[in-house]
Amino acid sequence: MPVPILYAHLISKSFEGVRALKGVSFELLSGEVHALVGENGAGKSTLIKIMTGAVFADSGALTIGGQTVAHNSPGVARSLGVAAIYQQPSLFSHLTVAENIALVLEEARPWRRINWKARRERARALIEKAGASIDPERLVSTLSMPEQQIVEIAKAIGANARILVMDEPTASLTELEVESLFKVIAELKSQGVGIIYISHRLEEISKIADRVTVLRDGEAIATRDAPSVDRSELIQLMVGRAVNAVFPKRRVQLGDIVLRLHEISNRATGVTSVSLEVRKGEILGIAGLVGSGRTQLAETIFGLTPSDSGEIFIQGTPAAVRSPADAIRHGIGYVPEDRRKHGVILEMPITVNTSLADLDAVSHGGLIHSADESAMAERFVEQLRIKTPSVHANVGMLSGGNQQKVALSRWLATNPKILILDEPTQGVDVGSKSEIHALMVDLAERGLAIIMISSELPELLGMSDRIAVMRDGTIASILSREEATQEKILLLAFGHALAGQTA
Amino acid sequence: MKRYGQEISVAIAIATLAAVLAYAAPGYFSGENLSDLFLSNMPVLVVAVGMTLVILTGEIDVSVGSIFAICGVAAGVIAKAGVPVLFACLAACAIGAALGALNGVLVAYVRIPSIVVTLATMTALRDGLRWTTQGAWVENLPRSFQWFGLTQGAYPVAALLTAVVLVGTVGWGIRNLAAGRAIYATGSNAEAARVSGINTRRVVFLVFAATGALTGLAAVFNSVRFNQIPSNAGLGLELKVIAAVVVGGTAITGGRGSIAGTVLGVVLLGAIGPALIFLGTSAYWEQALQGIVILSAITIEALRSRAETREAGLAAHRV
Repeated sequence: MPVPILYAHLISKSFEGVRALKGVSFELLSGEVHALVGENGAGKSTLIKIMTGAVFADSGALTIGGQTVAHNSPGVARSLGVAAIYQQPSLFSHLTVAENIALVLEEARPWRRINWKARRERARALIEKAGASIDPERLVSTLSMPEQQIVEIAKAIGANARILVMDEPTASLTELEVESLFKVIAELKSQGVGIIYISHRLEEISKIADRVTVLRDGEAIATRDAPSVDRSELIQLMVGRAVNAVFPKRRVQLGDIVLRLHEISNRATGVTSVSLEVRKGEILGIAGLVGSGRTQLAETIFGLTPSDSGEIFIQGTPAAVRSPADAIRHGIGYVPEDRRKHGVILEMPITVNTSLADLDAVSHGGLIHSADESAMAERFVEQLRIKTPSVHANVGMLSGGNQQKVALSRWLATNPKILILDEPTQGVDVGSKSEIHALMVDLAERGLAIIMISSELPELLGMSDRIAVMRDGTIASILSREEATQEKILLLAFGHALAGQTA
Repeated sequence: MKRYGQEISVAIAIATLAAVLAYAAPGYFSGENLSDLFLSNMPVLVVAVGMTLVILTGEIDVSVGSIFAICGVAAGVIAKAGVPVLFACLAACAIGAALGALNGVLVAYVRIPSIVVTLATMTALRDGLRWTTQGAWVENLPRSFQWFGLTQGAYPVAALLTAVVLVGTVGWGIRNLAAGRAIYATGSNAEAARVSGINTRRVVFLVFAATGALTGLAAVFNSVRFNQIPSNAGLGLELKVIAAVVVGGTAITGGRGSIAGTVLGVVLLGAIGPALIFLGTSAYWEQALQGIVILSAITIEALRSRAETREAGLAAHRV
């Protein structure tokens, strides 16, 4: 019986009061591939960040290679043989392969003379060990994605990694490249390296993993033997919870089609041939894993990354949406995902934030009437119950939920016909969350067409009239409110056809 | 009042300096000296108004000194060719606007960082001018070009009026016009501004063009004061201007600042040098003292904004 080379015991971690991990225990044996699965936000990344020392746990114990690690840090983790490979390789693109490998392996005394020959030879040997042949003299910027991953693996082998964390290593690889990666993994296993493998592709897990642990809402729900586990059982475990939250959803009589997309594509962002329609009074939910193209679709509709083929119809007439200004003119509003980055301007007052997308409403001939502007802000502060000492307070001083309400006010001020909400309740406290949900229902009743992107399945199921599930930049399927279940959505998002499944 | 913290600090510094001078060197406040002080700093103020807009959008323009030299020389050459003085002055402003627009295109549409673009245009324009003029100054200016500048009565009044009108309209405009709002929003959070339908690239382009035009205007006011126009005018002007804007409380990262602050910054930095002479100190200290003023302004500003962030962070944790 092999000994655990990594053992995490009852790890807990909170971010700004939100508990990301609630006493998770996890064990990795030498020569084992242990897969970690879960929905978006289940706590996978937090757990591996704690192992690699990027994040410090609030409580719990971490044992690596038989040693209790009291104060983990990236340096400590590396010296204990922990290495991580992320979905996007983190290499220096203007340096050569040999130089990238040398950076982590060679001691950096300032006056040391570089032995270029030894450096090249070692790089060649390590890449060979990783099962590939890449010229060590090539610049990393000229390498393909899988080649860059090989370099990352070579780095890990060179650092004598005993524990290798792979976070979605196959996300950007083709079938063939995946096969060769699996050969490398098998080779590493035979050398006794323990591998923590995170992937959204469940079929890979039964193929290469020995065990699989399911995380849900920051808890380790179950650990199973991977070769024998049933995929639908895994999905059941990931979803698990009942939809117990009460949503203020009221069915609204749907009106005419307000927005229709016909085979919209944007090659640069990966949005591929999306067709859908939204009616007056309807809330269309958009589900999908991170990276499935949900936000990119929203940005295309809103003109931030205009489509390069396909057509957009608004109330039946073709509309050219080449910029956000065009979108606003056509009655589209967009509350983006990362409100601190794209949504609100933190160092400006509520008044300015509220009027920004519709300055015409509070100005005449370009001259802003500050009384009108304050009145507009007052109206929304009252209507959305934004908690603030005054409309002249900077938005940075408000809580997350109230910031989100300010972002919403800006778009409601434009009197939109179509409102796109990207993760409208992410990082928002429970109270504000249900207020935002109630507001969405009110808006739908008043005849708005709402598109809501969300990673939270209960929210999607509770609020949407229909749910479009996205995968690989396109819509896998659209489910009606009646037929949608958490299992069906996840199956579609993970890439399984619904036919033959009894959910 | 917190919003005007930096402006108030600078105003206090100016008042302190004035009090010391009033006690130790009352001659400083003679009409003649004040008028001289104003006239030599008026071009700095005009350029600084434009620079405030550029820095508010989060950009920088270090080419204003070179544009200043070109516009001055151009005004003289055109006037010597027999073109009426008024048109020669307008042409100088137009040339400034065109050069500023060149910066603007490269920054906003080609998307090269503004420090790189304007460093390049600063050098290229300066050396281009040197090569064209072979270092020669523009002399034998027509009498009509000079009567305005050399007339003791009219010129200071015109300069004062121009400065007041410019400061008044721009200062009021960026607070009250939608266009001004677009400048602040672009500098605070360009991404959020873009999502709100503001054409942030056009905003950046226009502030560079406007700064070029104002630099041309400043060059005209400077060149009519003297008998010749030096082809090396405006050396180091960009530093004076940027320093004044930053001392006046405009955040170098954009989004925060005011024209009033810039006026105070120009006054403080412009008043210190001559004050040293009046106080009997060596003029060699001028640059060092200006440096100290700039450093303290930036330090105070950094401490203040850090305190604000901390406060905001705390507030965000309260639900």
